[in-house]
Amino acid sequence: MLAIYCKELRSYFINAVGYVYSGIFLALAALLCCFTTIKSASYSTSAYFTYLIFAMVVLIPLLTMRLFAEERKLRTEQLLLTAPVSLTGMVLGKFFAAFTLFVTTVIISCINFFPLYAVAVVERNNGSYSTTHIGPVTSEIVGRTIGVILIGAAFIAIGLFISALTENQLSAAVITIAVLAGTVALSLANQYINVYAIRFVLDWLCILGRYANFSYGMFDWSALLYYFSISSVFLFLTIRVYDRRRWN
Amino acid sequence: MIKIEHLVKNYGSNCAVDDISFEISRGEVVGFLGPNGAGKSTTMNILTGYLSSTAGTVTIGGIDVLDNPLSAKKLIGYLPEQPPLYLDMTVEEYLNFNFALKGCQLNREKHLKEICEVVKISDVFKRVIRNLSKGYRQRVGIAQALIGNPEVIIFDEPTVGLDPKQIIEIRNLIRTLGRDHTVILSTHILQEVQAVCDRIIIINKGKVVADELTENITRAVENNRRFNVKICGPQREVLAMLKSKPGIVYAEVLAQRDGEAYTYMIESEVGVDIRKNLFYTLAEKNWPLIGLEALGMNLEDIFITIVDKTDSRKALTSKNKVNLKGKSSSLEKEVAQSIMDKTARAQSSSIAGSGNKSDGDSSAK
Repeated sequence: MLAIYCKELRSYFINAVGYVYSGIFLALAALLCCFTTIKSASYSTSAYFTYLIFAMVVLIPLLTMRLFAEERKLRTEQLLLTAPVSLTGMVLGKFFAAFTLFVTTVIISCINFFPLYAVAVVERNNGSYSTTHIGPVTSEIVGRTIGVILIGAAFIAIGLFISALTENQLSAAVITIAVLAGTVALSLANQYINVYAIRFVLDWLCILGRYANFSYGMFDWSALLYYFSISSVFLFLTIRVYDRRRWN
Repeated sequence: MIKIEHLVKNYGSNCAVDDISFEISRGEVVGFLGPNGAGKSTTMNILTGYLSSTAGTVTIGGIDVLDNPLSAKKLIGYLPEQPPLYLDMTVEEYLNFNFALKGCQLNREKHLKEICEVVKISDVFKRVIRNLSKGYRQRVGIAQALIGNPEVIIFDEPTVGLDPKQIIEIRNLIRTLGRDHTVILSTHILQEVQAVCDRIIIINKGKVVADELTENITRAVENNRRFNVKICGPQREVLAMLKSKPGIVYAEVLAQRDGEAYTYMIESEVGVDIRKNLFYTLAEKNWPLIGLEALGMNLEDIFITIVDKTDSRKALTSKNKVNLKGKSSSLEKEVAQSIMDKTARAQSSSIAGSGNKSDGDSSAK
């Protein structure tokens, strides 16, 4: 598993994909942060994280599209499947490689908040409003970052599963984007549904539903469990895809 | 070392491997022959754990591939038909990755260096695989299979696309490996099998149709019973004499004329050396013998006959149709038939044996 993990992580940077992804992610994050906070004279990071999740819909498929599709196309999966590595090890190795790169970029993008804190310090020193809190709410930022990372894990698991289904990177990417955009659309649509039962079901399906508590700066264990389950389900399905292919 | 029992693999309703059983002992180099789509690659893929079987068991070194795939896979080095190379890696990176992937415990640098020397890729060690020629890529694939010194090495058509010099090198390599590894080699190049393997297993339509030691086949093939003779003399009379001569079972004119000499192909009876006798007869008649060439049998013909026969046996059960094809006497057919009969006997006895065994088991219960 470790061998596959290292290989995938390296191959992100042998190919252009790793650079393209990190470059776009970091640039976009910086731009979004600039426009949603400093440009609009606000300390609230809520809009920033929402837009970041929208960006992930397009960016995460970049990470996952080739993981299985290319192995299948180049017939290198034969190497992995005949090596003394379990299917679970293979899938987890690939998942964690993508997840590592994703988490790294998210953490690096936290630099974006430094200007906010800097501005807040200046403003506080000029301080005419000493009673209220000035500056970004750290707990909210931490909560939302954790939320985004968890959503990312679920997105990666979904992308991995779709990549295992096709032989073509591009179709893997397009289908993944479509599915992820679908879940985001679902969560947006969900707000306008008045029937409780439907809402309850959709809440389970749309991956963003559990993000809300994190955005208030609360650490929501049930949401953690939910994202962990969603990721596990899709990783399990990926393993099943490979297992089934062996038997057919 | 390798034991396959009643292996069956169905792809949907299509049966790719149909009840194959054989055993390969340690240190054997076995050639796996068969026409395209015969089930060679499927069998190899099941052996290596890439595919699962529909029924039957495969054990490698006593370990069941299905029950304990990870330890079974540790014993195998496999080069698939298309070498599984990551084109964007260098040879070094690729081999290092394989070393880690196989969880190899040996000294990494020393082991990789040895392998590179064996397959002669030391000079491209730092190059990106994408830029290598087909021959080098194939060798990198072979190097990959050798990592970790597996006891069983399986090659699926290792010499496809190589130039003649490389082919010879790879064959020598396989022969060297055969000294202390069990090697299975799938191919449809017959000379290769003859040159490299101790034993030949021919499969067709998912069944083992021949399983014979190479030396037995070679001995049968090299049995000098067929000659090309070049004789000066009137064609018709010479042919008549040849046909009527005791000890000769078959004669025909090959349309090669060299001055007044014609070339004839003759075939003698089993166990008769016709050459001296023929010489005196011709001398008596004053037809000078100006050429005599012993003809070996063609392994390819034997192979084709075996495959054809098993094909037609399946298609139509009436034997007459099969015989229609061969109008001339053919040694190949005899040899092919004897090999097939022997294999069929061995198979049926093994099936009967295992049948009895299972009967015994059930009665014991």
